[in-house]
Amino acid sequence: MQKSEARAIYHDLLLAREFEQAAAEAYTQGKIGGFLHLYPGEEAVAIGTLHAADAGDYVVSTYREHVHALVRGISPRAVMAELFGKATGCSRGYGGSMHLFDRERRFLGGYAIVGETFTVAIGVGYWIAMNEGRDAVLCYFGDGAANQGTFHESLNMAALWKLPVLFICENNHYQIGTEIHRHTAVPEIHRHGVAYGIPGRKVDGMDVLAVLEATREALRLIRDGAGPQLLECETYRYRGHSMADAGAYRSALEVAELAARDPVRQFEKIACGNGWLKTEECEALARQVREEVEDAVRFADESPEPERLDEGVHAEPFHLYGEARS
Amino acid sequence: MTTRKRNENMGLIAPAEPKPEMQVWEALNLALNEAMAEDEAVFILGEDVGLYGGSYRVTQGLYARYGEWRVRDTPISENSFTGLGVGAALVGGRPVVEIMTINFALLALDSIINMAAKLRYMSGGQFIVPLVVRMPGGVAKQLAAQHSQRLEHTLANVPGLRILAPATPQDSYWQLRQAIDSDDPIVFLEHELLYWKKGPFDPKAEPLPMHAAQVVRRGRDVTLIAWHRMVDVSLEAAQRLEAEDGILAEVIDLRSLRPLDMPTLAASVSETHRALVVEEDCRFAGFGAEIAAELSERCFTDLDAPIGRVAGADVPTPYNARLEARSIPDAEQVVQAVRRLLGPREEVVE
Repeated sequence: MQKSEARAIYHDLLLAREFEQAAAEAYTQGKIGGFLHLYPGEEAVAIGTLHAADAGDYVVSTYREHVHALVRGISPRAVMAELFGKATGCSRGYGGSMHLFDRERRFLGGYAIVGETFTVAIGVGYWIAMNEGRDAVLCYFGDGAANQGTFHESLNMAALWKLPVLFICENNHYQIGTEIHRHTAVPEIHRHGVAYGIPGRKVDGMDVLAVLEATREALRLIRDGAGPQLLECETYRYRGHSMADAGAYRSALEVAELAARDPVRQFEKIACGNGWLKTEECEALARQVREEVEDAVRFADESPEPERLDEGVHAEPFHLYGEARS
Repeated sequence: MTTRKRNENMGLIAPAEPKPEMQVWEALNLALNEAMAEDEAVFILGEDVGLYGGSYRVTQGLYARYGEWRVRDTPISENSFTGLGVGAALVGGRPVVEIMTINFALLALDSIINMAAKLRYMSGGQFIVPLVVRMPGGVAKQLAAQHSQRLEHTLANVPGLRILAPATPQDSYWQLRQAIDSDDPIVFLEHELLYWKKGPFDPKAEPLPMHAAQVVRRGRDVTLIAWHRMVDVSLEAAQRLEAEDGILAEVIDLRSLRPLDMPTLAASVSETHRALVVEEDCRFAGFGAEIAAELSERCFTDLDAPIGRVAGADVPTPYNARLEARSIPDAEQVVQAVRRLLGPREEVVE
């Protein structure tokens, strides 16, 4: 691995962890409202997959998508400001934590209804295929989403028309508080593609390098015209489902076991062991990331709020009762 | 369902050509054909829209002309293929989704209400969602409770949507062209009994604005407000009222439910002083209630009587033909309602 690549991955791992920690603090201070779903423990999935993607690829993510947005290049300022509901946020304060968007970076949201990412992704994939493009779509979903009708409907259509979609399961083993063995008859999500002839592969979702490699291979197949691929990343979230959930349904032992395979520490060890990174570099990056996040929080705090209630509802605004608009 | 030989697939025969008199399905077919010829971003998807040519022939001949990628036969997965339309619309496509009947649209409400209507707003105005979702509905001929619904009440309450409901071939053509041209998501309601309705057609005529209501019959005694098939029911009632009672009813075809052209309605009511909403959908919490409430507020001092409503019965649509007919308004019910609204007339007072 190139040193610059290792550095970029390590930077994003640290940023993901630090950013979410700052978001949790801001939430407890009342600066972030609504639901807040955090990513610690799962970083290797977003970072491994998105470091394998091209700039032209599209990203469709779930409501636990701060890190996907950051790795895709949306600035920590713009993401944090969105969480704060500010006009400088990446959705101008109209979307919030669960609805991050960035048209320029082909970041197509943030969906808060489980299972919607599939249909958006096949729509984008359809458009790419219809125009014979080379881009691909990275479609994220949790293990719980595999039981929505849209999962099966979309896999069928994606396979039927060979759409360039990579379905990425972030299997953290829990749909809120219900463990996978209690919500899915066949818990090996990667096997669910079989019914539709979609190749499925499982990868260690705590290992960023494994995820990176598996994603590269899947995207290569997609660009070679092999059709949609399904990648299951086995991972774990350290926190509860959202800030409203203490996660009491899991034992401390279980959390500790998974934390022992922490994706940040794991990569750090490998990168330093292989000489991709030096200890001093790691420390410098950690300082840099802390400053980035502090800056993002300060920026979000000081940013103005959006003003107009009806801004952007329609591309062609109209008066609901037919009067000419002033 | 009639059986057709393979070589008789309507997806493969010629689409409709413009002529001075057209049926509603032909006008819709022509609108789609022209929009697709003009803009390669326009594509159609839905069940049996391609090779088969559409359940109501609305996509006849387009599969042969534009190919399978632009006229896509989908599996029976309403929510996901409507969502596919939303996704494609976000990145440059201008999809026209056909949902075979509005009843199946209940399966697609997540894509329509949670996504299409909200994505522009939630993204801070970054994206447009130029999506048209066509759906035939209404009470047709003995299709029973699961195939006879009207969903105006459900959809009209959703910020972010527009809802069109053309009643003539000319409006069907104009409004579908306008809907496809629009950068916003639009629900395009079609009525199953109107597809074979004939009417004058002029492709060169200056279109009415997409959302304008139209006075289709002048009158001075009462304003009948209707859309879709109830426009024809109201016109029939208006003829009878003139012949039998000497009552001159003005009839307004709404054409668009959301937005609602209140200036046209209020102008009429300020002249007639009485209004009756004629609605095929159920009365309770129906779309007619919105019209009546808004008109009451605006025209209170102009009104000589409370605004009346004639609407569908509060029952799932029955299969039995006689009962089915009783479940929705007919001209007789409209005539009776107008007579009640106008009260005893001088000529009938002893």
